[in-house]
Amino acid sequence: MTKLLEIRDLHTHFFTRDGIAKAVDGVSLSLERGQILGLVGESGSGKSVTGFSILGLVDAPGRVVSGQVLFDGTDLIAGGERLLRTLRGKRIAMIFQDPMMTLNPVLRIDTQMIETVRAHEDVSRDEALRRSREALVSVGISSPDERLETYPHQFSGGMRQRVAIAIALLHKPDLIIADEPTTALDVTIQAQILSEVQALCANSGTALIWITHDLAVVSGLADHLAVMYAGRIIEEGPTRDVIAQPMHPYTKGLIESVPRGKKHGALLSQIKGMTPSLLRLPSGCKFRPRCPRATAACEIEPALDVMDQGRRVRCVHPHTENYPEVLAK
Amino acid sequence: MTIPPIIEIENVSRRFVKDLDIAELTARKLGAKVEPQTVHAVDSVQLVIQPGEVLGLVGESGCGKSTLGRMVAGLLNPSDGRILYRGHDVAGLKGDKAREAALRIQMVFQDPMSSLNPRLRVRDIIGEAPRVHGIVPKAEIAAYVEDILEQVGLDPSTIKRYPHQFSGGQRARIGIARALAVKPDFLVCDESVASLDVSIQAQVLNLFIRLRQDFDLTYLFISHDLGVVEHISDRIAVMYLGRLVELGEAEDLLARPNHPYTTALVDEIPTFETGKKIYSAIKGEIASPLRPPPGCHFHPRCPHAHDRCRVEVPVLKEVAPGRYSACHLNDDVARRQTFAATPA
Repeated sequence: MTKLLEIRDLHTHFFTRDGIAKAVDGVSLSLERGQILGLVGESGSGKSVTGFSILGLVDAPGRVVSGQVLFDGTDLIAGGERLLRTLRGKRIAMIFQDPMMTLNPVLRIDTQMIETVRAHEDVSRDEALRRSREALVSVGISSPDERLETYPHQFSGGMRQRVAIAIALLHKPDLIIADEPTTALDVTIQAQILSEVQALCANSGTALIWITHDLAVVSGLADHLAVMYAGRIIEEGPTRDVIAQPMHPYTKGLIESVPRGKKHGALLSQIKGMTPSLLRLPSGCKFRPRCPRATAACEIEPALDVMDQGRRVRCVHPHTENYPEVLAK
Repeated sequence: MTIPPIIEIENVSRRFVKDLDIAELTARKLGAKVEPQTVHAVDSVQLVIQPGEVLGLVGESGCGKSTLGRMVAGLLNPSDGRILYRGHDVAGLKGDKAREAALRIQMVFQDPMSSLNPRLRVRDIIGEAPRVHGIVPKAEIAAYVEDILEQVGLDPSTIKRYPHQFSGGQRARIGIARALAVKPDFLVCDESVASLDVSIQAQVLNLFIRLRQDFDLTYLFISHDLGVVEHISDRIAVMYLGRLVELGEAEDLLARPNHPYTTALVDEIPTFETGKKIYSAIKGEIASPLRPPPGCHFHPRCPHAHDRCRVEVPVLKEVAPGRYSACHLNDDVARRQTFAATPA
């Protein structure tokens, strides 16, 4: 069986006046049906652009320069805009960070949902409305009939994001790309949405790419993690293994800098320096200037090496001490 | 205790009234029932902050935590109640004393880009206040600013740059440097690390921890992120819809939350679970502060709500030494004893 999604050596560059920013620089990823992938990185790491590139949503001055995005065996990059139009919202849906940007502020929810249903399927308005109501119920919105007749501004932030998710679900897509959908929400609302998304994916077999900067959020949700830094994937593997033993010094640093369950009041371990500008990347390993393990060998860019148990890591000096005995515990 | 508290918040409330616009005024003249809308952003909050401690203030958006912070920093006046700085009512002070108090309490804002003047150089952003208030002689300003920049981990040679030439984490440091420039002893930090990436957030949190020791500072640390607050705070206060619902020692509060809302918040701190976490969400959403539910504000979402919660406002009571909670459940003797007996 073919993989649902296979990204091969994707390059998306932004051609700015100051130079070429390689936002996505050779990313390869694959996703099975029903799998949840957490795509993690800090701002500017290229995680969102990767998501946008799949759906052909990269705006000028950005462009997918090379690579393949195979969705169910078909290359979306070669297929171009015409192919993408038949897939967007139908078989691949997207959830954005700010639902106010997705929803049209001057149209009622029912209008927007019916439009989405009928864009891809020739069904009656009544049937479209019935499906819209069903979708709202599935994301935990009570009294859907009243809600359908309201405008986006009448909803709270959490409710709006639910509506956006409901719209994404209308056509029972094979793949949902979610770009930081809970970042702007309160923790209690975030937990509600996570629990609903988790149940929906489990019930419908929808695959999900969850793009986030928050490793802690995604660690409880995803099957598989890919960590990005400066446009490249630097570590990848099953969530449990990556969290239990991060191999790349950056992943390790990220996990250790989250203040949870640490000695109260003590200094957090921190990654020194800051995320480099994509226009002025260091030579060799891009993490080299911030890395505690860097040596002269790091001046040559390491490849994404395949390790045991489906792990990949792009590092000259990975943390492989006692691996995989650590995982056996 | 012999040392007087640095800040005493006495029964402070803050209301915001939205006046009627012309359409509503006309509608009212024509006999429509239109009333000005009042938001009780902060409702009778009582808090005491001791010198040298870090008090974390958590709650969801719209709970009034930022409004409370702004009142403490003197940017807003309370509608009711008093805020005392070292025993003096800040609002009642005049002249030099008022200025002294205002300088000693400084605020670090969430979004450095909207709180730093984009047209001023770092030298002026940080140096203006100490110069105006005569804290540092004019000739020594440059050296003074460079010194502060170094304290917050910035390169002193950046003194002539503008805010847009810095990254998010560096801007946060400039915001902190500006607050420190007037030699405060109390900082109100309103979501000061919320907009930063994880690795940068850790750096800035470390800076706060270090500065507290170096400058002998007291913090009111406001955040929606209980994980961050727990790390830096000695005590934590939890707010819900304008009211204080729980207060206690940080570690103890997280280990055994008493109020059902705190329990829910603690459960939902994302942790590095290996294996899938089942998110058990609390129901519903925070109600609109325009129409808060009667009785205990939390009752529509509370799994333990009973009839009394719907009518009577629970008072903040001491349920264990140093631990206060506003929940009717604590009137049940058996529950209170179980709680008191739970090891921290």
